[in-house]
Amino acid sequence: MSSLLEIKDLRIRFQSKNRLQALLDGDSDPFIDAVCSASLKLNSGETLALVGESGAGKTTLGRAIIGLNQPQEGSIRFQGQELTRLPDRAFKAFRRNIAMMFQDPVGSLSPRLRVRSLITEPFKIHKIQVKDLEAEAERLLNLVGLPPSFATVYAHQLSGGQARRIGVARALALSPKLIIADEPTAGLDVSVQGEILNLMNRLQEETGVSFLIITHNLNVVRHISHRMAIMYLGRFVEYGLTDDIFAQPLHPYTLALLSANPSPDPDQPKSELQLEGEIPSLLKRPTGCEFHPRCPFVRPDCSRITPVTSSPRAGHSLACHYPLLKD
Amino acid sequence: MTTNLLEVTRLNLGFQTSRGVLKALRDVTLHVPEGSIVGVVGESGCGKSTLIYAIIKLLAANARFNGGQILFQGRDLLPLSTEEIRKIRGSQISMIFQDPMTALNPVHSIQRQMLDIQYRDQISQNEKKQRAVAMLEKVGIVDAARRLKHFPHHFSGGMRQRIAIAMALLSKPALLMADEPTTALDATLEAQIVRQLRELQQEINCSILFVSHHLGLVAEFCDRVAVMYAGEVVEEGAVRDIFHRSTHPYTRALLECDPAGIKEKTRYLPTIPGAFPDLVNPPRGCIFQDRCPRVMDQCRMQSPNLIPVSNGHVARCFLVNSCTSNASLLSETVNREP
Repeated sequence: MSSLLEIKDLRIRFQSKNRLQALLDGDSDPFIDAVCSASLKLNSGETLALVGESGAGKTTLGRAIIGLNQPQEGSIRFQGQELTRLPDRAFKAFRRNIAMMFQDPVGSLSPRLRVRSLITEPFKIHKIQVKDLEAEAERLLNLVGLPPSFATVYAHQLSGGQARRIGVARALALSPKLIIADEPTAGLDVSVQGEILNLMNRLQEETGVSFLIITHNLNVVRHISHRMAIMYLGRFVEYGLTDDIFAQPLHPYTLALLSANPSPDPDQPKSELQLEGEIPSLLKRPTGCEFHPRCPFVRPDCSRITPVTSSPRAGHSLACHYPLLKD
Repeated sequence: MTTNLLEVTRLNLGFQTSRGVLKALRDVTLHVPEGSIVGVVGESGCGKSTLIYAIIKLLAANARFNGGQILFQGRDLLPLSTEEIRKIRGSQISMIFQDPMTALNPVHSIQRQMLDIQYRDQISQNEKKQRAVAMLEKVGIVDAARRLKHFPHHFSGGMRQRIAIAMALLSKPALLMADEPTTALDATLEAQIVRQLRELQQEINCSILFVSHHLGLVAEFCDRVAVMYAGEVVEEGAVRDIFHRSTHPYTRALLECDPAGIKEKTRYLPTIPGAFPDLVNPPRGCIFQDRCPRVMDQCRMQSPNLIPVSNGHVARCFLVNSCTSNASLLSETVNREP
């Protein structure tokens, strides 16, 4: 199967101070790497989850795919076409196949437009002639399980779950091949979260759309994604099939994330593995393996030698000197 | 027999709105025994935060109490004047807010804020400073004496929440109320902060009222749990009563919907069908009737009281009386169909 989206060695850098200031400070490189040598593949009809703590570069990577951040190095291929360095006009033609659901559901909806205008706006932006916008709005509302009466409502009248559904409806308007969902369930209650995820799963089965889900909620990842990538300081530390990673995490950071997730059972034995400290600053990346200051299994080499990405089995990659293999 | 530090009894609170009185808390009964951690769980809008703000009377101007009692150390807080309640806030009852980014004042140094909060104590500035440093060290801030001079933006989110906890504990309160203290933080930090909170609680021997919608954290951290739905406490009991022997259909539905509790991998997650009731015109009878799979005629006629299930475990449901086979409840409450 050819992949819908293929990202290779992507690097996204942001300037942290101006060149004069950098010169005065004797800093030869006034940039930070928000995303660094990230590679992934996403097949049609599949869901990939990007997981990591805040500041790991998940959103930056997602935004780069739809052209909101410019990568400095590497390639993003969508349906075989290279998207980086594509002229604006040509990019726009591809852009209609990729939709984004932004992180803040209410904040990403204009407070001055009614829902009908909000969900049919993509047609206007891409100058697509639709016979009956009214009917189209109704179709989209129906798709996300809202009654047609919602067409005349303003964003502030929606609850969190409803606003999220409108976000899904708007992303679906142009029947995209790929939807990037940035924290699709953050701030939702468990029951509403289930509704939104079921909706996304149903749409995937009906339309074959692929999802790239950006989240820090591992409980959700397990149930909805086929593959997952764990990010730390802008790099992928582990990438593979969700089932494999949950069955046997190989990177200590993955294991730490999994065990930082207490089970809703007071008699469940509490995990002994506990990370100390916080995610380091991108301005001062640790040497060697960047996870070594927090790693519970750190060994002397880790602070000196940068691990190379290895592939312990097909479709699974890992950046660790001493993966957690079961003996 | 342990004594209760806080006893909220049949508390009713409404907000005056243009549509009528929104009955935000109805008949809320809750006990916090001395030296224990009590969790309050429920979906957003169920009144968890309103309840803790009501306890220290930090409420909007349109809030009205309609009966009830809030006994704290045997003294009713409801009739107290603003002056009197101010003496209790921040000294005997203190609070950790949800968002560590906005709980600290960005234009003052940590030192200034930590000294200001001790304004009641008749000790020298130097002693206050030493206390602040000692408390910061306790919550795990390295090089506390130097960092005291820093401003909130110099600290990361986790550090800011630690500072907020240090400030809340400076006065050695009898009751600490935490309103979703780790929601804004990453999972690895969440576990760190909660474990630290538990250690500090044992050290200064206070009680904690812990509001959260994270069921896993509540299961790990709390001794007792109260489940709220639409402004009512629907079930209350020891943590094992709630997580293993829950009786109210809403508690069961809530536990079943949590994806962390689902062992088998599934593409379809359970949900609770139906919508939240309108609290301006709450339905007659049980508040959960429209979403409950076991609804009976009785539920539409009259509102159930908190009925004892076992020692220290109560549920606001008629099923407790007529209950023959609780197990059959389990798979009916939630919507499993795609």
